[in-house]
Amino acid sequence: MDMNEIKEIFFQECEEQLAELESGLLKLNDGDRDPETVNAVFRAVHSIKGGAGAFGLDDLVSFAHVFETTLDCVRSNKLEPTQDVLKVMLKSADVLADLTNAARDGGSVDEARSRTLIRELEALAHGEAPAAAEAPAPKPAAAAPKAAAPAPVVEKPPVNDEGFQPIPFSFGDFDEEPADRYVPTCQVVFKPKKDLYAKGNEAVLLLRDVSRLGEMSVYCDMDSLPPLDKMNPEEAYFSWKISVTTDKGEDGVRSVFEFAEWDCDLDIHTIEEDVVGEASDDEELPMQPVPFDLSMLDEGGPSAGGEEEPTAVEGDAAAAVAAAETATKVSQAASRAAENAKAAASAAGAAQANQAAAAGQTIRVDLDRVDRLINLVGELVINQAMLSQSVVENDNNGASSINMGLEELQQLTREIQDSVMAIRAQPVKPVFQRMARTVREIADITGKSVRLITEGENTEVDKTVIDKLAEPLTHMIRNAVDHGLEMPEKREALGKNPEGTVRLTAKHRSGRIVIELADDGAGINREKVRQKAIDNDLIAADANLSDEEIDNLIFHAGFSTADKVSDLSGRGVGMDVVKRSIQALGGRISISSKPGQGSVFTMSLPLTLAVLDGMVVTVAGQTLVVPLTAIVETLQPEASAIHSFGASQRLISIRNSFCPLVDVGRILNFRTIQANPIEGVALLVESEGGGQRALMVDAIQGQRQVVIKSLEANYTHVPGIAAATILGDGRVALILDVDAVVAASRGQSLKQDISLAATG
Amino acid sequence: MKKKVLTVDDSRTIRNMLLVTLNNAGFETIQAEDGVEGLEVLENANPDVIVTDINMPRLDGFGFIEGVRRNEKYRAIPILVLTTESDAEKKNRARQAGATGWIVKPFDPTKLIDAIERVTA
Repeated sequence: MDMNEIKEIFFQECEEQLAELESGLLKLNDGDRDPETVNAVFRAVHSIKGGAGAFGLDDLVSFAHVFETTLDCVRSNKLEPTQDVLKVMLKSADVLADLTNAARDGGSVDEARSRTLIRELEALAHGEAPAAAEAPAPKPAAAAPKAAAPAPVVEKPPVNDEGFQPIPFSFGDFDEEPADRYVPTCQVVFKPKKDLYAKGNEAVLLLRDVSRLGEMSVYCDMDSLPPLDKMNPEEAYFSWKISVTTDKGEDGVRSVFEFAEWDCDLDIHTIEEDVVGEASDDEELPMQPVPFDLSMLDEGGPSAGGEEEPTAVEGDAAAAVAAAETATKVSQAASRAAENAKAAASAAGAAQANQAAAAGQTIRVDLDRVDRLINLVGELVINQAMLSQSVVENDNNGASSINMGLEELQQLTREIQDSVMAIRAQPVKPVFQRMARTVREIADITGKSVRLITEGENTEVDKTVIDKLAEPLTHMIRNAVDHGLEMPEKREALGKNPEGTVRLTAKHRSGRIVIELADDGAGINREKVRQKAIDNDLIAADANLSDEEIDNLIFHAGFSTADKVSDLSGRGVGMDVVKRSIQALGGRISISSKPGQGSVFTMSLPLTLAVLDGMVVTVAGQTLVVPLTAIVETLQPEASAIHSFGASQRLISIRNSFCPLVDVGRILNFRTIQANPIEGVALLVESEGGGQRALMVDAIQGQRQVVIKSLEANYTHVPGIAAATILGDGRVALILDVDAVVAASRGQSLKQDISLAATG
Repeated sequence: MKKKVLTVDDSRTIRNMLLVTLNNAGFETIQAEDGVEGLEVLENANPDVIVTDINMPRLDGFGFIEGVRRNEKYRAIPILVLTTESDAEKKNRARQAGATGWIVKPFDPTKLIDAIERVTA
């Protein structure tokens, strides 16, 4: 694993932490005061900061730091997480997400916005929490203007009476050729306390580290060592006097004792070279010179070995080792030796423990691998269907064992297929969470007060569907808040809660996922929609439309009901685009609206894009598959129901309404002469804009689930054809793109380049 | 014999960094994701030194250190704390809990190895 891979992991983790952060903040917003929720929120930001620091992502670190400081105030109850506070925090979470994305994908963030938030966060940490001032003041954010750093301000020297101006200079300037460098000697008196050992520090290791600084001599004071029977093995009895000649100076020596400072008496001072010898003589304590052999420490540790010369001082070696080894050390070593015996057994135990911990966890798999598996299973399904078919064709005796085996195979295949699809299935939660942010942003821009309620976040659907869902959903939410909800004052005047509600729900219904977006706003203004449609020549001025038909007009291209194009909807995306992207996913969208009570958009989407329920039909000798979702009903036309219209158009009357009849064979150029409608079957389909069309096919073969094979990936895009599939008999069948066919029927033909060479 | 390090950190990123850094430096590494798991793993792991984070779910670094120091077998093991900034208050709490030393994040491989070398033989 290299740093790039770890960085990738970091960003994955960031995403999880950001989701955690947002859901935690939303919980707090709903009045949850569980300390664990606050902790989780704090940890999320803290983790992001920690990782970002390791990769030198300074912008991210500095923002996370300010955010974390403010969260810490909440955590320590110095700051009450009111709605206002949480509003700032939710916005900060958004900026943190932006910064993370910018760090990953490059690009820039709205710096003004993050600066504003940094100020707001800091204000919260300071202003509203006076207690916070007593705590160690939060470090100034790195993002704060660089000028804040204490710049070396040189005061202009005063001009004296004579008119001379003193010029400051440094003696260092002259020091170009230093003489022999003077290396100071430090004298250290080091007396460990019992706690030093209790905390896992080790005098002998400290001495070793001092010895690495330069030439060292050590004296050990063993006077306080009691007789053996009075000795407490946990107590500290020795003290050391060390002199070390080092160019690292006093600070270098002190840094060795960084971890131990609290738990020992430590005195470090630099002495003049010529008094080193005297100093040790003058010492009032009768210090005993002790030889000190550090080589015993180098048992082949990773990098400790072989670098330094053991600093040997005259005297008795054995005594020194005994002295240096503290009681703690001895007991630790002893227990370690005993443990070594059990090492193998315990290693196995640890492995088992790890395995146990792994249960119920998740693994991350490359999407490519899953897709390959799905493809293979698709092949398996086709193969199984082919096998079944050829067995049925060849086996007239109905050998039951083969048939039973085949049935089992079929069942197994289906189960495998379902399980594989389940791997790709993911909860819609991430998309829903993103919507929370969208709502916040729009609420902010429009000045409306909005509450987003999400339900069924754990409803699972294919990842591809999820990925493609975000964009249309974002747009619909924008519309719901921007156009649907009224301003708070108006709502209040209407007797509604000034805070508008947008409800986003997901649920499974008959093998599809249904996503509903409901607002409690004004509902569709039908008068306005109707007028707009007339102005745009979408309908005739005297057209008689039902409420439902008027509502559906908003899905027409280029339709916008807002009087003026606002900041939000002026993005060139209308509900027509939303509808098209939903349809591209094999889904449908519908609207129901009640004036004054709000609108509900209902989307129904397939759970997967890998398989499709289709109706297998024949047209001019070709086998085609029509997606079942597009079909409203099928019917056998009677001669009396067919009416000619214009030169070549025909209409079919269904329950007293007329519907254009579309010959699929002609549209796809399978034939040039229109087929006789009475000999075929009509499939009533719903097309873009809500209108219905009757598609003429020759015959219906049946209904079946087919594995979708992309034509684009294997051949090229063919107008009127969505994809292909392989049927049980091994033949390729094309899957009809109903919308394209319906659209083409208006112009009576698909683009000329389609001569349908690719009929497999 | 390779020195064995037990690392306790809830961040997958930091866990991976610790793993790579320690393995590259020739240590054997065992990892746990929080204090509770750290104490569980410790029982059979026999590490020479422990590196632990402070902010963790279930059982934080302070609690974990106290747990280790209460353990008869490991009460004298060196424990290094990963702290994000040289926050004196946090350092002090970690020391009171029984930490041997600390490593200031942002994560720096050299600092980490230095600190480990410093507290192990």
